[in-house]
Amino acid sequence: MTTSVRTAAAPAGSPAPRRRGASPALRRQHRAAYLLVLPFMVVFTAMLVVPLGYAAYLSLYREQLIGGVSFVGVQNYVDALSDPAFLSGLVRVALFLVVQVPIMLGVALVIALLLDSGVLYAQRFIRLAVFLPYAVPGVVATLMWGYLYGPDFGPFAQMATGLGLPKPPFLSSWMLGSIMNIVTWSFVGYNMIIMFAALRGIPTELYEAARVDGASELRIAWSVKIPAIRSAILLTLIFSVIGSFQLFNEPQLLRTLAPSVIDTAYTPNLYAYNLAFTNQNVNYSAAVAFLLALVIAVLSYVVQLSAQRKERRS
Amino acid sequence: MSTAPTTAGTATGAAAAPLAAAASTRRRRGSTDRRSPLLTVLVILVLPYFLLPLYWLVVASTKDNGQLFSTFGLWFDQINLVSNLQQVFTAQGGIFWTWIGNTLLYSVVSAVGAAFLATAAGYAFAKYTFPAGTALFSVVLGSIMVPTTALAIPTYLLFAGVNLTDTRWSVVLPSLVSPFGVYLMRVYAADAVDTQLLEAARVDGAGELRIFFSVALRLLAPGFITVLLFTLVATWNNYFLPLIMLSTPEKYPLTVGLAQWQSAAAAGSGGQVLFSSVITGSLVSIVPLVVAFLYLQKYWQAGLSTGGVKG
Repeated sequence: MTTSVRTAAAPAGSPAPRRRGASPALRRQHRAAYLLVLPFMVVFTAMLVVPLGYAAYLSLYREQLIGGVSFVGVQNYVDALSDPAFLSGLVRVALFLVVQVPIMLGVALVIALLLDSGVLYAQRFIRLAVFLPYAVPGVVATLMWGYLYGPDFGPFAQMATGLGLPKPPFLSSWMLGSIMNIVTWSFVGYNMIIMFAALRGIPTELYEAARVDGASELRIAWSVKIPAIRSAILLTLIFSVIGSFQLFNEPQLLRTLAPSVIDTAYTPNLYAYNLAFTNQNVNYSAAVAFLLALVIAVLSYVVQLSAQRKERRS
Repeated sequence: MSTAPTTAGTATGAAAAPLAAAASTRRRRGSTDRRSPLLTVLVILVLPYFLLPLYWLVVASTKDNGQLFSTFGLWFDQINLVSNLQQVFTAQGGIFWTWIGNTLLYSVVSAVGAAFLATAAGYAFAKYTFPAGTALFSVVLGSIMVPTTALAIPTYLLFAGVNLTDTRWSVVLPSLVSPFGVYLMRVYAADAVDTQLLEAARVDGAGELRIFFSVALRLLAPGFITVLLFTLVATWNNYFLPLIMLSTPEKYPLTVGLAQWQSAAAAGSGGQVLFSSVITGSLVSIVPLVVAFLYLQKYWQAGLSTGGVKG
């Protein structure tokens, strides 16, 4: 595999600064590079490229009631794009993305800036406390919040009852908000740490100068620090987009508590899972999964592109 | 490490705290006079949001199943932690131990394997200019965007075709790939391994692979540990992949096992699995990770700052 790649790609070429004719020493280096990259690329191909290709292949077929499996072209995709179950799931995660991600990243950014500016006491403790939820597996976080939300022994319901108020409908009409809360709780700290680490990396001279010019801390944060960590914020944004569209654990687990609120297609991922494992419709499931991957890739690309354009303009 | 000219700090509008000496000396910006009690109080008021669920988990773990329903959730009653723990570890013939072992096995093997693959690849991408290097790296970088859960279903179907489902391999193999780890290691290796050092080793007649194993690998250790930790946590917390791959409870990791207990308890189906076991089991399952985080936070932050700043 390596040799074919080498000959095929060599002319178009990587930006090799040295002449290509290749001395024995250089050839030895190339061989070493391939040897070091090879193990990863083999596993990468087997676990990522091949499954994606297989999903694409499967998605073009359909199991008919009569005649077994037959080629249907893009019919599964056409069906998915007009499938109200799939579309409503997509709309739901889009809503989730638009509401939850700004809140989560906003809170993370504010805390990171506060920690970096050194205006807080007990910084170490605060940083750890905010980060700690990330150490809790998503499954456990969902179980925990599920109990906290619960109408039976959830403390919120107990307090509401104690005050003579109706129980908050966390697991019924507020369900999407409740899921947003679980994800926010889990990931504010993770995003905060990424932003905080990036802030620590800014050369100090950059805002010592601003400070000498009399800029306020708020002004420095807004005009110096945030632009300086743009790429880190972008990273958290892209991870959040990917995460939102992949939502699975929370709805899947809360479904056992509220099966009438969360249907089998609550999120596209849950839908793909149920199609494959409950309905045994692997072809359609592959189309949905592949379409979902496509949506995510396009969206992350758009986010990246628009960020770059903004950067160029400013 | 140099103490910055702190006088500039007083010019800021923030309510400057007068006590300077108490400040941590490790802060490189020496911003001791900018501390604000008001802002600190505001942030402390937000902290219960992050800590309350964990506090609740600790409190709830001390209650037996009846107390969970009959007592106030945020305060202690009779402490039944020991009997809860006994229940957790004896339920279904002590299967909880098996789940702990499985989780450890899956996460350690995946993390070590993924970190090693990522380190070798990241180093090669950073330190060698070779044909197809840039193209391959772009492909790897692009694949960070491929959602792992969307990938899991086709992977399951492939594994089913070669009879790998419901084996331990089915959980470990997909976890060995960490494109983000490769990206991180490439950024890290570019800085951490001095090209002149490599040239020197070459002059001394060392082979390229020998240079990697005996010179570079040592310099790459902090990055290696970061990727190791990332993958460790990711595999430890993974739910979707083992859920679809495994059907034998003896092979479950903690996440899938606990979720199964939860649905059994919620369904109230005859078995001895109770809410109190789910809750106490959850507490037990997060203790190792919380401890690991507390001890290893330095590595996390160092690794993330490498990836975040230059990304």
